[in-house]
Amino acid sequence: MQVHQQVSEHSDAIDLMVNMGPQHPSTHGVFRLVIWVDGERIVKVEPHIGYLHRGSEKICESEQYNQIVTLFDRLDYVGNLNSELAFCLAVEKLTETAVPERAEYIRVILCELNRIASHMLFYGVYGLDAGATTPMLYGFRERERVQELFESVTGARMMHNYIRIGGVKEDVPDDFHKNVLALLDHLKGGVDECDSLLSQNEMFLARTKGVGIINGEDALDYGVTGPALRASGVIEDVRVTDPYSIYDRFDFGIPVGSNGDCWDRYYVRVEEMRESIKIVEQAISNIPKGEISAKVRRIIRPPAGEVFVRTESPRGDLGVFLVSDGSDKPYRVKVRPPSFANLQALEHMLEDTYIADAVLVLGSIDIIMGEVDR
Amino acid sequence: MNLPEIIGLFLKASLLLVFILIVVLILTLAERKALARIQQRKGPNRVGFKGILQPFADALKLLTKEDILPASANKRVFWVAPLAVFLPGFLIWVTIPLAKEVVLANLDMGLFYITAISVLSVMGLLMAGWGSANKWAMIGGLRAAGQLISYEIPFIMAILSIGILAQSFNLKEIVDDQARWPFAFKQPLGLFIFLTAGLAELGRTPFDIHHAESEVVGGPFVEYSGAHWSVFYLAEYMNTFTIAVLTALLFLGGWQSPALPFSGTIHTVASLSWFLIKTVLVIWVIFWIRGTYPRLRIDQLMSFGWKILVPASFINIFITASVLYYALPDWVITVVSLGVIGAIFYFIRRGSLSGHNQNTVKIIKTSDIRAQLSNRTEV
Amino acid sequence: MPMMESSNIPSKREIKVPMVRECLDQRGENLHKILKESIAGFSGAEISVSIDMVTLRIDSVDLAEVCELLKYTEKFGFDYLSCITVVDYEEKQEIFEMVYHLVSIRRHHKMAIKVSLPSNDPTVPSVLSIWKSADWFEREAHDLFGIKFGGRENLSPLLLFEEFEGYPGRKSYPFHDYGEW
Repeated sequence: MQVHQQVSEHSDAIDLMVNMGPQHPSTHGVFRLVIWVDGERIVKVEPHIGYLHRGSEKICESEQYNQIVTLFDRLDYVGNLNSELAFCLAVEKLTETAVPERAEYIRVILCELNRIASHMLFYGVYGLDAGATTPMLYGFRERERVQELFESVTGARMMHNYIRIGGVKEDVPDDFHKNVLALLDHLKGGVDECDSLLSQNEMFLARTKGVGIINGEDALDYGVTGPALRASGVIEDVRVTDPYSIYDRFDFGIPVGSNGDCWDRYYVRVEEMRESIKIVEQAISNIPKGEISAKVRRIIRPPAGEVFVRTESPRGDLGVFLVSDGSDKPYRVKVRPPSFANLQALEHMLEDTYIADAVLVLGSIDIIMGEVDR
Repeated sequence: MNLPEIIGLFLKASLLLVFILIVVLILTLAERKALARIQQRKGPNRVGFKGILQPFADALKLLTKEDILPASANKRVFWVAPLAVFLPGFLIWVTIPLAKEVVLANLDMGLFYITAISVLSVMGLLMAGWGSANKWAMIGGLRAAGQLISYEIPFIMAILSIGILAQSFNLKEIVDDQARWPFAFKQPLGLFIFLTAGLAELGRTPFDIHHAESEVVGGPFVEYSGAHWSVFYLAEYMNTFTIAVLTALLFLGGWQSPALPFSGTIHTVASLSWFLIKTVLVIWVIFWIRGTYPRLRIDQLMSFGWKILVPASFINIFITASVLYYALPDWVITVVSLGVIGAIFYFIRRGSLSGHNQNTVKIIKTSDIRAQLSNRTEV
Repeated sequence: MPMMESSNIPSKREIKVPMVRECLDQRGENLHKILKESIAGFSGAEISVSIDMVTLRIDSVDLAEVCELLKYTEKFGFDYLSCITVVDYEEKQEIFEMVYHLVSIRRHHKMAIKVSLPSNDPTVPSVLSIWKSADWFEREAHDLFGIKFGGRENLSPLLLFEEFEGYPGRKSYPFHDYGEW
């Protein structure tokens, strides 16, 4: 048996190195975590990424602006609409395009529903990480309802390519209003049901409370954003603190944890789903009639310059840095993926934990390898 | 022993094996259907009427699949391990009676035999973990050893108090002793300990840490495929059935039933069905728990075993023995046992009572944040 | 306020390319003001504005000092390094431009720092000791652009595999010669 051995610093014992991933059921993609264990205790971890590196940023440099939207779909493949929005916002800011009201409302509704779908996926998978099979089915049931709506609006279940520079691809179907209201009714019950199924389960509490703690200061230092940062007690949500699109018009709540442990990160997401429902409710009741896209040239040539936009994707602060040289293709596109930075903090969170906790801590920061590796 | 006797014994054993196989096939389907019910889906419903042939399709698939031997595995240990897990579980069945007359060999020390043999399966799990030359498998195997040996103690203690109560280790006599009241009434604590420790012995949720898919990727079984893997699978479901049967025998009165107006073969069949109904009830509870709970961490599992179940099982024996020695009425055991169960739940929930389950997430209104934002920029 | 330096932007076509306008909001103006006061001591430091982002251009030797100033001074409080980007201007000006996007959650600011590095020796001081989030961004920059970071260890490949040769992020990387593995 080939056992890679390393003498640990704190004792004479020989630590066992195990590879968690890239083929492992709970690394959420092709993520590899090398763990040195002393019995069941984790002595040291070393994350390895890059198994899904496709050079997306480089490919963007040889595509026209409109074509890049599809590439952004494939970064965060669970929160696609939010990634699309981030890129479109960047180009619109660069070209000073005013997006019509109706398009803005449609964007917000879809993005928030997308956030709910993404968090529902997290909920289900997190239950599975903890060893409970039932939450997964409940989470996916709710996500499926959102996906059905997306299918009716965008024609696709995952790679939507719906949000375009200057607006959206096409107007929503006639029964959109009715469908969204029905969906919201379902989701309200669904979120409550999911919440009552897992959140206060005695064993789930025992597994997640006080595990993988990171305080707010450290979290910021590591660049952790999104639900993981808010769970550590930092009040920061780009939708409110640096509003984009029309988020400054809605009243909702920002769930903020206090311990920064796995349970807080989990529950911040559950509460966030409820808040997203509130946003969609306000948006759907105020959605105006009118154009769904600004007049945009077929081939976009933005003025030369740079722009950096921050948006709040389901996983955190999704930034897009765009350098234009005035031609029809961007000179440089840089994505600031939230999971990439969140994953850096994993080493810190995994101090003084067990092998079984590694799975839960990794699950609680909700990584998507598509955007980590790009 | 002459030749016909040996052949007869062989035939009986084969019959038993076939019976076990059929039970396991039914159980796999039943579990999938039961879990599907809990999870609001249909479960297998394609093969045969309502998916009734699904287990056969699964078995066929498993048996025709390629059996892979990892390059660096210890060949002998690797191939023998499945048998070492399966055989102890199967040997138990020699002495388990399904009805008054339906038993292979009614041993006087039946319970003793069962506890002695069943421990051996730990060996098989360790062999599988070690022989696979896979680190996850080894961690899983070590977890299995730790878990199974720890939970063996409360398991045996619970059985022991039954032996004290029935004044016998013979399963038939134990069941006969429950003609008026099943032992579940006299031994609620024993039943609780037996079922919990039994779940841990089986390695089922919430104690499935040694083959936890999301942590150790299937533990000792990670390198197995095809027929050898299916032997592990067989052993797991057979043991589930064993635990359910033992619970029914030891605590729920076995085939004892309200007076049945039959005699002869019909009586045997009726009591057998009565017994099976009780077994199915226990199995359903096991499935139910599987559909409800996440899994524990290994340190939590160990502290639950050693700090709660082991003391509780000693208390159980102590109460039972004292009541019998001082010839107190039986209800004293019941009352004290229920008190101890209450205390156990108090200890488990103690964390919650001290605010462990407190909601630490609060919601801050956007209007508050927006109002506060301008303060931040002030120099 | 100065417009963005047009010399930085290499244009493929010879026709005049329009530039982005600057439109600072109130908090941008505030930051611009206090930044101007604090940065006076550094030679070669200049402040520009790109749309709504206050951009500070400094020499690479000053980077660590400026970053410390920005993080630990109460009026700035840039507690969060959002992103490190490398922009390749090798063909036109023979430089790599490092762009550090900073956000101050405590003081509600955002800004960018720019450092130009000569393309024949792209070395820049590491900011890992100031923001831990710089770790992987710097490794990525090392991976894809071959930027060297002074004063830090472990620049092992992050996104690429160990044996990969060349810097695929650069414009000069021969992309179409690349064979499938």
